[in-house]
Amino acid sequence: MPYTLIDHTADLGIRVWAGGLRELFEEAAAALFDLITDRGRVADTAVRALAVQGRDRPDLMVNWLRELLYLWNGDQLLVARTRVDTLDETRLAARVWAAGYDPRRHELRREIKAVTYHGIAVGPADEGWEAVVIFDV
Amino acid sequence: MELRKLSPYCWELPAEGRMRVPGRVYATEEMLRGDRQREPLRQVANVASLPGIVKASLAMPDMHWGYGFPIGGVAAFDWEEGILSPGGVGYDINCGVRLATTALGEDDLRPRLETLVDELYRSIPSGVGSTGSVKLGGKEARRVLQQGSRWAVAQGFGEERDLLHTEDGGCLPEADPDAVSERALKRGLRQLGTLGSGNHFLEVGVVDAVFDETAARVFGLAEGQVTLMLHSGSRGLGYQVCDDFLAVMNREAARSGLVPPDRQLVCAWISSDIARWYYRAMNCAANYAWANRQILMHHARRVFQRVFGAGPRDLAMDLLYDVCHNIAKRETHVVDGREKVLCVHRKGATRAFAPGHEAVCEAFRPAGQPILIPGDMGTCSYILAGTRKAMEETFGSSCHGAGRKLSRKAAKRAGRGRAIYRELEDRGILVRWTGRSTLAEEMPEAYKDVSEVVEVVHGAGIARKVARLRPLAVVKG
Repeated sequence: MPYTLIDHTADLGIRVWAGGLRELFEEAAAALFDLITDRGRVADTAVRALAVQGRDRPDLMVNWLRELLYLWNGDQLLVARTRVDTLDETRLAARVWAAGYDPRRHELRREIKAVTYHGIAVGPADEGWEAVVIFDV
Repeated sequence: MELRKLSPYCWELPAEGRMRVPGRVYATEEMLRGDRQREPLRQVANVASLPGIVKASLAMPDMHWGYGFPIGGVAAFDWEEGILSPGGVGYDINCGVRLATTALGEDDLRPRLETLVDELYRSIPSGVGSTGSVKLGGKEARRVLQQGSRWAVAQGFGEERDLLHTEDGGCLPEADPDAVSERALKRGLRQLGTLGSGNHFLEVGVVDAVFDETAARVFGLAEGQVTLMLHSGSRGLGYQVCDDFLAVMNREAARSGLVPPDRQLVCAWISSDIARWYYRAMNCAANYAWANRQILMHHARRVFQRVFGAGPRDLAMDLLYDVCHNIAKRETHVVDGREKVLCVHRKGATRAFAPGHEAVCEAFRPAGQPILIPGDMGTCSYILAGTRKAMEETFGSSCHGAGRKLSRKAAKRAGRGRAIYRELEDRGILVRWTGRSTLAEEMPEAYKDVSEVVEVVHGAGIARKVARLRPLAVVKG
């Protein structure tokens, strides 16, 4: 797996690795939705374009996941996969494949209330990039 | 970080480095042993570095590692020269607890306990993705945000006197729906009247000990009496309000000169437009939470009436009190002998106003404000009362619960291969739940011993023990 769960007394976090930065953002998105549901059962029927900005890479990561989480919490769309098309330190553009929530098809694993800034880290790691993100659950 | 012992229940974290005031932690020596408390203590120190903080950065005995503020943290800032921090309130704005008493005794309950818990589970929407029984249009939603519990009671969800027994009457006046984003509103529209998931619950219990007869009489509590407790908050609406303003304040951090030691501690000068907008939006979310708990209690009342075939008068299911434990409020407190207007942040901490305080409803004024402290689902919960010492030392604040001891992952590991519901049933506690991992994550061992937490606030004098509740049935999201 390109990510692991990390322990935080009150909450839940992920540590994600990828060879490239764009992949890092895509893997973080996948990890977030793996926490919410079985992504294997989510069809990629709807495509949405997202453009996100941030003050720096960590801020961009939080804002990216925040926008994706809103697709779920606000629009009841479950994300199957994402493709980051362009990325620099403060902005990204991506396509998001998602499906509307169907209680007969999709099991919900847990509620993720929010993506926090707590302990947020995005930086180079051995042979690639690493990010740490804590969610409020 | 070296702690200095002030009393057996209170420790000082001396001001060092960027800290503007010392930290003060309410705990026993045992609770502070080992390095489990290193992270939350660092958070106490971080909060102490925020501009305008008054007297001390406080932590209650149920303190644990939060994000930004520690959970169990209390901090007051000068209203003119201080800051307001959405992270110091938390995502679940006005997460809180309410307790209703009944005319039933445990013997009345036992034969119908199973039916009762099944009916409660069926009638009260809970769990991830649940939607509420109340459908709101945009105009009606604005009224919920402005009026809180008052709106709910006007709609027939409860009685006028419930309002007297709710902190701030269940309505903060400085709520402006224009400060709440479309996103927050959208999330709120479909969730009113839902319990939520995680640590939110509904619990049928019985008063199994009374420690202070006089205060118990004032609160209408007697040994053997059946009670209903519920724990819920502002649902997605509150989470979104917090998230929206964290994002805006982070964008503005460089301009306002407020770059905190931790991004989650981002804040704004109370006098700034952003903080004013956040304050109005937060008050909306608080009102939403009160309306939510009022509706939930109304549904529970109906279930009790149905199951016991009793009318409202015979059942006498009266709201004892409703407290809020995630909030920032403008309050006046005496600091160094002078009255000061402050912004008191309570994140996982309960208001604990003293006897005689005008914010406490007249009926309870002789005893002080009731404080509701839920424990884990297998142990017990407490009813405490506010004290003068809390006014002097903690801006009228006390603890809010047991506090987590194990992370959710560690709890699940400890629960592997065990039937938690059966273990609870063996102890006479019936449980109904929705989420697959909820029971393991929320099992009794995941929490500190609530009795130890309560001994600390009682021993330190920042709250007084009144009564203890034993759980009989629990509904979890």
